[in-house]
Amino acid sequence: MRINFRLNGETITTEIEDSMRALDLLREDLGLTGTKEGCGEGECGACTIIVDGNAVNSCLMLAAELDGTSVETIEGLTGSDGKMHPVQRSFIDKGAVQCGFCIPGMIMSAKSLLDKNDSPSKEEIEAALEGNLCRCTGYVRIIEAVEDAASIIREDRK
Amino acid sequence: MKTSAPERERVVGSKVTRVDAVEKVTGLAKYAPDIYFDRMVHCALVIARKPHGILHKIDASRAQKLPGVFGIFTYKDVPGKNRLGEVVDDMPCLVAEGETVKHYGDVVAVVAASTQKTAEEAARKVRLTIEELPAVLDIEEARRDEIRIHGSSNVSVHKKIRKGDVSKGFSRADLIIEDNFMASYQEHAYIEPQGVVVLPDTDYGMTVYGSIQCPYYVQSSLSKVLGFPMSKVRIIQAETGGAFGGKEDVPSFVASYAAVAAYNLKRPARLIYPREIDIHTTSKRHPVKSRYKMGFSKDGEILAIEVDAYMDMGAYATLSPVVMFRTLVHAAGAYSVDNVSVDTYGVYTNKVPPGAFRGFGSPQVLFAVESMVDEASRRLGIDPVDMRMKNALREGSRTSTDQLLTESVGAVETLDKVNELSNWKELNERVEAFNRGSLFQKRGVGLSHIIYGVSLGAQGQHIDKSGAHVQINRDGSVDVRIGGTEMGQGAKTVMAIIAAEELGQKLSQIVVHQTDTAFVPDSGPTVASRTTMFSGNAVRIACKSLRERLVKLYAELNSCSEDEVELHDGMISCGQDKGMPFDELIEEAFKKNVKMFEAGWYQSPVLEWDPESGIGQAYITYSFASQVVVVEVDMITGNTKVLEAYTVHDVGKAINPEGVIGQIQGGFVQGMGYALSEDLKMLNGRILTDNFNTYIIPTIRDIPRVFKYGIVEDEFSEGPYGAKGIGEPSLMATPPAIANAISRAIGRRIRHIPATPEYVLNVIKEDAE
Repeated sequence: MRINFRLNGETITTEIEDSMRALDLLREDLGLTGTKEGCGEGECGACTIIVDGNAVNSCLMLAAELDGTSVETIEGLTGSDGKMHPVQRSFIDKGAVQCGFCIPGMIMSAKSLLDKNDSPSKEEIEAALEGNLCRCTGYVRIIEAVEDAASIIREDRK
Repeated sequence: MKTSAPERERVVGSKVTRVDAVEKVTGLAKYAPDIYFDRMVHCALVIARKPHGILHKIDASRAQKLPGVFGIFTYKDVPGKNRLGEVVDDMPCLVAEGETVKHYGDVVAVVAASTQKTAEEAARKVRLTIEELPAVLDIEEARRDEIRIHGSSNVSVHKKIRKGDVSKGFSRADLIIEDNFMASYQEHAYIEPQGVVVLPDTDYGMTVYGSIQCPYYVQSSLSKVLGFPMSKVRIIQAETGGAFGGKEDVPSFVASYAAVAAYNLKRPARLIYPREIDIHTTSKRHPVKSRYKMGFSKDGEILAIEVDAYMDMGAYATLSPVVMFRTLVHAAGAYSVDNVSVDTYGVYTNKVPPGAFRGFGSPQVLFAVESMVDEASRRLGIDPVDMRMKNALREGSRTSTDQLLTESVGAVETLDKVNELSNWKELNERVEAFNRGSLFQKRGVGLSHIIYGVSLGAQGQHIDKSGAHVQINRDGSVDVRIGGTEMGQGAKTVMAIIAAEELGQKLSQIVVHQTDTAFVPDSGPTVASRTTMFSGNAVRIACKSLRERLVKLYAELNSCSEDEVELHDGMISCGQDKGMPFDELIEEAFKKNVKMFEAGWYQSPVLEWDPESGIGQAYITYSFASQVVVVEVDMITGNTKVLEAYTVHDVGKAINPEGVIGQIQGGFVQGMGYALSEDLKMLNGRILTDNFNTYIIPTIRDIPRVFKYGIVEDEFSEGPYGAKGIGEPSLMATPPAIANAISRAIGRRIRHIPATPEYVLNVIKEDAE
């Protein structure tokens, strides 16, 4: 079947198999390997992308469901000028990255939260990121990074 | 060794940005599943799915017919030796017809197809005829030897320590405590599953890109399985999404399976494990059953300790004999004890073979010994901190293997600091006050104090060495290549700091490359918290030679004394002159044909060790840690929540303090999962908890609200700038601290980890009966 959707600001029209997962469309057909697969069943969050503003597990979503939507992946967060999104910058500055495999998904969940709420409480950050597993960092600095990004975003909006 | 740069200018010890972070936050970092080649095939494994039995027939005829299947490879297709195993090669690469399958995850065949989906579908259609044999599923059953898994006794490894005379020690004791402990499996649960791409290369050999902790192990394994000389097997480590020991020897197996497909098809072959296959077939932390007997004087001195520990090795020995060495040396804990007797045994069962996991056989016994010490302090009415302080190792003390400690013993300082950091006395009063006012929620404070032998130790000293290659390019950029690997722990950043420190080049101009066996000779494994010390020393040694040449050149060009030349942050200067940018000096060096590359090599000091008595220098040095946690136990459900954590580590020297803190936080949370929630359940040798919906690792919601840490820097003269290791000790202090906290909260001893709500509730109920 043929689908149309917006991907990181560009229009995509592509032929897909009915049973294809959104994750495989992104990684294999479109070459966007920044989105990762950790468990294949929606438990780890490594495959998180943003669809119409909501963070979703792309391993649980059919590619067909992307038809007519607007999709953001980790590759779309860096501007064409190379400027990183505040969440990305804060993850670096706060030392929230170790092996990095969970990080694209973690960042997409955090961005989706901050797009809706630029002053999240610690509890709101935890609620937004509890579906993203990290085995390296112990999460402490991930929370700090999201708090830091929120303050930068608020500052930018002033 | 002293650096010539003044203290205030050092890169070492300063706060730097992780060198590999940009690629990781932008999605550009290439992990094994992100690497694609033209004509690449996708592989899937056919596993036995029976715990024990004779494999009579492999029928691939139905699978072969699926469109898109390129080949199904069995033992018949292995070009070299059909054997695997880093320490003992008791494991087949692919189980042959007529041979026995020894655990559920034994690999029988490799399917190669045009897509992952097709490969997996075909793998399910391969029919195995297996005549089931009775399986040995626990340590006790294995010890009876009624069913022998490898022909000879199931109890195939035994190591011991005999120091002093335990019976004399016990006869003098005012208090003797005996108890049994069980530490169950832990799954590594790296977020990136195992994966490799293997391809026939332009050197007429085979190149592997993979999620790999120990490239030289993979090289040697593949050389045997393919029947190729090692010079025709090249391993390039892809970005690695967590390992924790789980990618120590296992990638040798993963790469071997994929290599059989690549060899037979003459095409690139990709094998990425689905999470379930990863959990069913790959290593875990060993279950260890231990019996402890300890004697104490009434003022808290440990007079004797006697330990038997049985370790479940699963179906194959893999790394177990070396894991057991660490179990042996750490079994008596972090204390000065005159009379020590330890026996550790490795036992075969028909289950998945456990192997390396952060702490490497020590967390299981440290949990036990720290529970014993806590119990003694409770019974003797001695404060837990005072109890540890009384027995702690100091300079001039001897360890459980009678090793004399002459330097870098920060044990007491970690205890002092954690006492202060946690506000110990006040904390205990606060918790007691809470408990007086609460019936169904009870809080407890737990303490642990641990020791960690740095690097491979006496039993691994023959492979304890590392190389490095450092090259300065004409533009001043620096290539650093090491034999250790970056797997998230921060090795690249530490190496870049060391190179920047020694060469005086800016950190941003140093590139630490992915590890590649073609550039650096066998440097041993990236394990045992040894990379900062071993690769770090090798980089430092190489950089020192380059530095000397640069100093000499600058002094010649500017007619000044070599002693006065300083290299720092991209500038070279002499006395009060205006100096020269690093890249300009390099341009001069190139014009004068000065050699601008260098190899570095560091090897372990020789350790004297007697395996018969277990007496001698077990490790080159030791790291220490002390930890305090506060838990709250729900007395109705048995559920435990960690509320506060205070942890102090003696790391020798924190070359990259940011990285050390990251290890401390991450190790704590991984240790917390091991202590509380990570319950690997099995039924007839089959793992039931084979994905993250049932195998529960900590989420962002589970971490303690109060989390404070301290770093002690008691420098080690052999370490680069005094550094020891932090990777593993970061986890090791946590399970005993939590177990002790729960025990104090519920007033009854925790003897099993993970202390799941079900287990804790049972312990509470026993108390009520």
